[in-house]
This record gives sequence, C-alpha cells and structure tokens, in this order.
Amino acid sequence: MIRFLGRRLALVLLTLLISSVLIFIVTQILPGDAARAILGRFATPQALANLRAKLGLNRPLILQYGSWLVHYVQGDWGLSLSTGEPVFPLVAARLRNSAMLALVAFLMYVPLGIILGLFSALRRGKIFDQVVSVTSLAFIGLPEFVTGLILIAIFALGLNWLPASSDIPPDQGLVRALPRLILPGITVSLVSLAYIARMTRSSTAEVLGTDYVRSAYLKGMHPLRVLFSHVLRNSLLPTVTVIAVGIGWLIGGLIVTESLFSYPGLGRLLLFAIQRRDLPLLQAITLLLVVIFSLSNLLADILYALLNPRIRYS
Amino acid sequence: MVDQAVVFETTDLSIGYQTESGLLPAVRSATVRVRERECFGVVGESGSGKTSLAMGAINYLSANGKVLGGTSRLRDIELTGQRRFQMRRIWGSRIGMVYQNPSTALNPSIRIGEQLCEVARKHLRLSRAKAREKCREMLARVAMPDPASIMQRYPHQLSGGMLQRCVIAMALITRPELLILDEPTTALDVTTQAVVLDLVSQLARESDSAVLYITHDLAVVSKLCDRVGVMYAGQFCEQAPVKDLYRAPLHPYTLGLLGCVPRFDPEGGKRLLASIPGSIPRLDALPGGCIFAPRCAFARDECGRSTPPLREVRPGHYSACFRWEELPTAAEYAHAAPAVPPHTEDRPEVLRVIDVRKSFPPTERLFGAGRTRSRSVRAVDGVTLWVRKGNTLGVVGESGCGKTTLLRAIAGLAPRTSGEILLNGEKLEANVQDRPRKVLKQLQMVFQNPDASLNPRHPAGRAIARPLRLLAGLSRREAQRRVALLLEAVNLFPGFSRRLPEELSGGEKQRVAIARAFAAGPQIILLDEPLSSLDVSVQASLVNLLTELQEKNDVSYLFISHDLAAVQHLSHWIAVMYLGALMEWGDAEDVFAAPFHPYTEALLSAIPIADPEVQQRPIRLQGGVPSAAKIPTGCRFHTRCPRKIGRICETETPPWREGKNVHRISCHIPLDELKRLQADTIARTQKSRDVE
Repeated sequence: MIRFLGRRLALVLLTLLISSVLIFIVTQILPGDAARAILGRFATPQALANLRAKLGLNRPLILQYGSWLVHYVQGDWGLSLSTGEPVFPLVAARLRNSAMLALVAFLMYVPLGIILGLFSALRRGKIFDQVVSVTSLAFIGLPEFVTGLILIAIFALGLNWLPASSDIPPDQGLVRALPRLILPGITVSLVSLAYIARMTRSSTAEVLGTDYVRSAYLKGMHPLRVLFSHVLRNSLLPTVTVIAVGIGWLIGGLIVTESLFSYPGLGRLLLFAIQRRDLPLLQAITLLLVVIFSLSNLLADILYALLNPRIRYS
Repeated sequence: MVDQAVVFETTDLSIGYQTESGLLPAVRSATVRVRERECFGVVGESGSGKTSLAMGAINYLSANGKVLGGTSRLRDIELTGQRRFQMRRIWGSRIGMVYQNPSTALNPSIRIGEQLCEVARKHLRLSRAKAREKCREMLARVAMPDPASIMQRYPHQLSGGMLQRCVIAMALITRPELLILDEPTTALDVTTQAVVLDLVSQLARESDSAVLYITHDLAVVSKLCDRVGVMYAGQFCEQAPVKDLYRAPLHPYTLGLLGCVPRFDPEGGKRLLASIPGSIPRLDALPGGCIFAPRCAFARDECGRSTPPLREVRPGHYSACFRWEELPTAAEYAHAAPAVPPHTEDRPEVLRVIDVRKSFPPTERLFGAGRTRSRSVRAVDGVTLWVRKGNTLGVVGESGCGKTTLLRAIAGLAPRTSGEILLNGEKLEANVQDRPRKVLKQLQMVFQNPDASLNPRHPAGRAIARPLRLLAGLSRREAQRRVALLLEAVNLFPGFSRRLPEELSGGEKQRVAIARAFAAGPQIILLDEPLSSLDVSVQASLVNLLTELQEKNDVSYLFISHDLAAVQHLSHWIAVMYLGALMEWGDAEDVFAAPFHPYTEALLSAIPIADPEVQQRPIRLQGGVPSAAKIPTGCRFHTRCPRKIGRICETETPPWREGKNVHRISCHIPLDELKRLQADTIARTQKSRDVE
C-alpha cells in the first residue's frame, strides 16, 4: 500500500511539473506583453524596456520559468497586474469561498444521488425508476445557467425565500453565508445528482444480477444484509470514483454558476484574470486548479484501491 | 434405495416465464423424488429447463418466473407457496447450493472466511469465534491446505478448483438435507473436476444429504449418480437407475444423447457419431403429440397425435415413449452409425513445426500503473510436431498448457519468438501480416467462440464470401455461387446467407465459421476448441460434419481441445501438452493405450467416461498447473507427477523414449516399466465385454 501511494504521488508530481511548463509556455505565447499591459498603450519604448528589465522579462525563458516555479512553491505568487495586490491572499480567500460552496453542494447531492440510484436499482422498471431516469436525463442535458435561472425565478423572485445574489462579503463564515449558498448549491447539485444517481443505479442493478448476490439470497440472508454487506461494497465502487474526481470540478470548475449568482469563488476569479490578461493571477489560478484536480484524482485512486481488494493486493 | 425416506420431492411441477412473446412453459409437470443419501442426476441440454426446475422447486425464480402448478416438498414442508421470509430459514440451512461458476458465485470483495461464517452464524446461531472455528473445520474437510490462511483470502486469490471447494464447504456447513449442484464442474479443468467430484460424493455420503445434480454431461452423471432423469424441452422423457439408463435406455432422446458422446473406445474402429437431427423446439412453439417425435428416428404416426405419458415401464424405469420396447441398446445404436474409413499411413507432410517457442516479455509500466511481472512467461516452450495431408492432429492439455498460444503462433496471430514453421516445406513468416496471400489461403482457422469471431453486422453470406473474394480471387458473382455451395456443404439452407449472426444458433454460427474456413480451399485448418461452447447434440453433428468435410476435401486439421474423448474421436495423431511442452506424441491408438506418459495417464483417469461399467483407476493430480513464468526444472511435470521416481526428475530433462511407430514419451521411466505399471488404468469390466 505504501509503495502504491508513493508511486501515485510521484505520478501526481510529474503531472504537476508538466502542467506547470505548459501553463507557463501558453501564457507566454498569449498575445500581449506584460510590460505593455501594465504601462498601457502610450508608454515610451524606454519605459517599456526598463519595466521589462525590472520584471526580468529579458532573461531566457527557462530562467524565468525556474524562478516563477520556485516562487510559486514558496507561496510568493507575485502581484496582480490589474489590482496590484499580492496574488496569494486573493486566491486563498476565493479558494476558501469555493470550498464552502463545494461542501454545501457535496452534502446535498452525494447522499441524495446515491439513495435515488439505489432505490431506482431496487425498483428497476417500476414507476419510481422511470421517473428518476427521465428527470435525471433532463437535468444532465440542461446547462447550469438554465437551471440556475429557473431556480432564481422561483425561489428568489417568485417565492422570495432565498436571495438571488450570492455575492457574500469576504471572510463571511459558512453559517452566515449559508442562505446565499443554497441556490448555487442546488444548481450545481442538479447536474451531479443526476450523474451520480444514474451511475449508482446502473452499477447496483448490475451487481444485483450477479451470481454472488443470488448465492447470498440462497444462503438465507436477510435482504437488507444482502444489500449492505454484499451489494453496496461492490456497486458503490464506480460511484465513489466519480464522486472523488468530481471534487476537483466542484472547487475549480463552477465558472458559469459562480458568474450567474455573482459568487466570489475561484471560477469567477479565473474569468476575471482571463478578461484582464492578468498573467500572474492567471498562472497562479490555473496551476492551483491543476493541483486540485490532481489531488482529487489521487483521492479517487486511493479510495478505489482501499475499497477494491483486487487492486489492493495485486 | 426404495425403503429409504424421501427427502425431496416435486410432484407435477410446472414453471413458466412471462416474456414479451407470452408465457413460456419452461418446465412441464416434472416429478422428481430424491431419497436419503441418494444422488439424483438431472441431465439435459441448454434450454431443457433443468435449472428452472431446481430453482422453481426451491422457490427462487426471477421476477418473471412463476410456479404454474404442482408442488415441491422438503421432508414435511411444502415449499411451493412459502413466503420469502419463511424460505430464508430453509435456504442455506436445510438446502445447500453449489453453482456452475465458483469465481462468480463468491463475492469478490469479501474475504472467504467471512462468506462462510455468515452461514454458520445465521443458521447455526454460533458466536463469531465459534463460527470461525466451524468454518476452519469445514475447509479442512474439503481438503483445503491451510484453512486459516484461506479464510483471510479474497476469491480472486484462489484458483477455480479451490473456490469450488470453498463453495462446497459453504453449502455443507449446516449439513443440509438437500444439496443442489448446478453444473459444479463445467468451469473446471478435467483434473480439477475429478478432485471436486470425488469430494462431492464423499461429503454428501458423510452428511447424509440427498443430492440433486444438474448437468449436461452424461459422463459425470454416470460416475456420480444413483438415479438419472433426462429432460428434454421442459419435461422428463426418462428416469432410471444409472446402470439401466446407460445399458438400455428406453427413450430415443436418451439413446440419441448417448450416441452423441464420443465413445472412449480403445479398440473400436472409427465411425460417425449417432447424432440427433434438428434442434430443441422453441418453448413457444412446442409440437403436438410427443415433443421429441419430429427429431425421432423411431417415430410413427401415433407419436405425432397423442402425448406419451411418463410411466413406469420396468421396475424403477420410467419412459415417456410409446415404442420403448422396440429401441435398440445404446451399443447397437452407436454401431449403426456409418463407419469412417481408416486413414492410410505415410501421407505427405503438410505442416511441420520445429522447436517453436513463444514467450511473453515481463511487463513493467510507468509508476506501476498496472500489474508488474518480473519474469517472462514461456507459454510455448520448444514444440516440434507435424501434420500429414488429410490427417488430424489433436493437441490435448489443461487450460494454461499453451495449446491455444501454439495454435496462434502457427497462425501468425501471436508471432513466435523462435523456431521454424514449414507449410509444404516452405518457411512461414512469424507474423501473419508478412505472409503472402497464397499462404493465408492454405492455412485457415476456426475459433472457439463463434460469437466473437463472426462480425455481428455482417450477414453469414458476406462472412463466407470474404475469403473467396480476397484469397481465392473470385468475382462477385462467382463468390455468390460458391457461398451457396459452401452453406449446403455445412448443412445450412442457402437462405442463411442473408442472416446476421444474432439470428443463428450457436451451432449454426460455428457452421458458418467452418464454411468460412473452407471457403478459400485450405490445405490445413486450425481448430481452436471449436466445440467446447456447444451442447452435446450440436457437438456431435459438428464432429460428424468435420469428419465428412475432411474426407471430401482431403484437408488436414490441427485440433486443440481439453476434451480427451472428442480428441480421440477426431484425431489420427495426438500430442499431449503440459506447461508449454509436449509430453507424449504419436498415433491416436498408441497414445490411448499403455504405456502412457504419467500426465496422459492422469488425464485419462480423471476424465469421466460415459459408461458406468468402465473402471478407471483413480489417479488424482494434486495442486494446480504451475505458472508458466516459473517452469519447474528437470521434468516440468515433476511437481504433480504421481509416478515421480526421484531426484533425477527434478534435475534432468527427461529423454524422448521411442515406442511403436512414431509414439514418443518424454519420461525418465523406461516404456516397458510404464506399461507394466499402467496395465489397469482403464478397464472395462469383464462381464460387459463378454456381452458385447
């Protein structure tokens, strides 16, 4: 198990290294020049050259990359070009917000998705199964901005139960922010919920049809015991993987939802950095997202190995 | 037997499945009686309803299945109509089950010990510690080495034979009154099957269980059961004590089934199998009158008009045939099939394989993303053999012996690592892609699973026309004409050329695959277990087809199989393979007569012969086949050899000892000595030989 973990970690580090190179190169190739972006269109050539020298933009790319990476690892992520603030605290605050939204959404859709999937599998072909199946397909097909707008129209504008905007002030705690997290949370959940429910349903249905479940019944086991000790252990494996991989997306991939609800999360910050050509901010966020996605994939691998004896011991 | 108490009984049990095409009567008025310590065999081909009967009788049917009538009882309890929660006290406690495939019958993510203990704790009300103790005891009784460590393992860490022993231990933990075995050895190798069958009969006797044994294999039944019932399309056509059934079957279907099994007959000349024409009727279109009449060689008009009931025609012998008195004996019936002319010797050589090796390199993946294997696997480890024109060479061996890899190396699908392959004296390239068309045309292949080898979107005609156009270079119209002829040659109607594989039965698909192999006019056809996924009667008709096509086209076969009887029936030459190398090789008659290689001897004694009167000395191989990544030194068979003579077997590669004709055995024991030791390996009881 230790060796397995070590190998996986090494693979994650390699992924990060390669991505950092890619991110650095791509942001360098982007049209525009950092010095001109800072000084503006009418800067004199002399001023531009001075700033380039000051920023180290004259040095060979490889050296620039090296110092960027070293600083990045040390937590020195530079200054934002558009606001002039240090990048690190800015990104850290947004990461915290994103994590809060992710947690709320996660707690909503994971248990519900599994339960819906399980019941659909147990009642395959019956009305319940068909309703869940059709609605989940519909929600997978609908983009977030549609479901989000519908939710706002109903719960914020129509019933006036929840606020339409989720623009929470910085440093607001989870409990006080909760009312503003519910609508974006539901929006995010609807897509993933459907996905998890379908995943759970198909794998559980498959396991219910296996010979070993028949063996368990013919050993005289109680149906609940069959479900909990014989079925779930095998049928939740693929679901667990999907859930763990989804964590990365939950934290870093909610650009549309965050924009729709004006929620100050990582996704919106990324959009901001792209629109302003704010290279230090853009590089910092992108690499952070790669880290988050890699870690959630790592988590998925570890969970799968822990739950599946065939991987663990071979 | 008759005075013993009846343990399990079904009376006129009928079972149906609700499907889109209506209610299918899968089992119709089946009556079975199993007494204490009796083993009752239910024999039938796929679709005969044998598993439905068992599952329906114990009240475990799928959601669309239903008992339509009749009853089943276990001692004093009526099982039909019991509610699920009541059945839960009976399943696993008074009824034990063993299933066809042990690797799917056990939960892959629960330790073996826990799966066994579950039963002991639920039904015997034992504490956790007591249950573990009981399970250890039970595993020791099924001859598992080191039960304590086995209990800690997961199913994927054990071999098929070991898993099946665990399932048997699990079934017998509560000393059930009824033990149901559903094809328990079909997924196992012959040598493992022999061990498991010994175990089943011994344990069932010890625990006084009544046994219901479901199988398609007449040979297994003849060794294990006391009474046998033969099912056909959902109903019993005959029930009798095992000896009576084999000696004098009183129903034409039983007679046909027995005729379909290649007889293991060391002396007799070769003849075609007495196969059954036609196929099992569909349950939604059962014929009126006797359901077997349309396929029956003995049917008369009355058979089509009224249904013969299953009645006791002789003491203890039940038959559902009007004409039971007029049937020939099994031996007479088999001998009525046309004889195959004996093959003439010294035909020219078609294929020669010289010291061919195929190894798979160790795999090492970046950051251990997959399994790692540090040694290379020597799947084929220096095989030399040849095939003569118009002859068949059969290669036998257990799974993992490298026979399929050998075939694929010859076909160029798994390019050989070293060695030479000559076709008509010309060297063949290792890789099929480098071989010229002329070679491809001469060397064709039929695969084990026709589902996988026929493109599901190509109609049969297109599959057969492809080699005609590509290899034989025929025009489209000419190819069309030949397709019709080829279909006729494999006994299919010309209309089949437009059918997709999904519209064909398993046997029909394999016929199409055979027609495709013959299309280009090959000199030699490689047959990779072409019969093993098919029913007995279908197998028989394919065996006959292959024999006839060989006669007609003067083609050679290289036939690989684990089924000794089929190999013996089809082959002129036989090679016995173990762990990548040949152990014995020679004329079919010489290989199947003493002296044998000790491995051949073990195979012959392990394979059940469908004749209760043939005595086989029980020689059981212990342990499994060693990994091809770690081939034992010296004689590679020494780790399991019952005739090992000493250290020489572990250190030195045995010499090839030459016998009659070209018969050769790779063993340290001289042939005379082997012959003396093996005099009684297989013997027919004297009495029955006199009768014949």
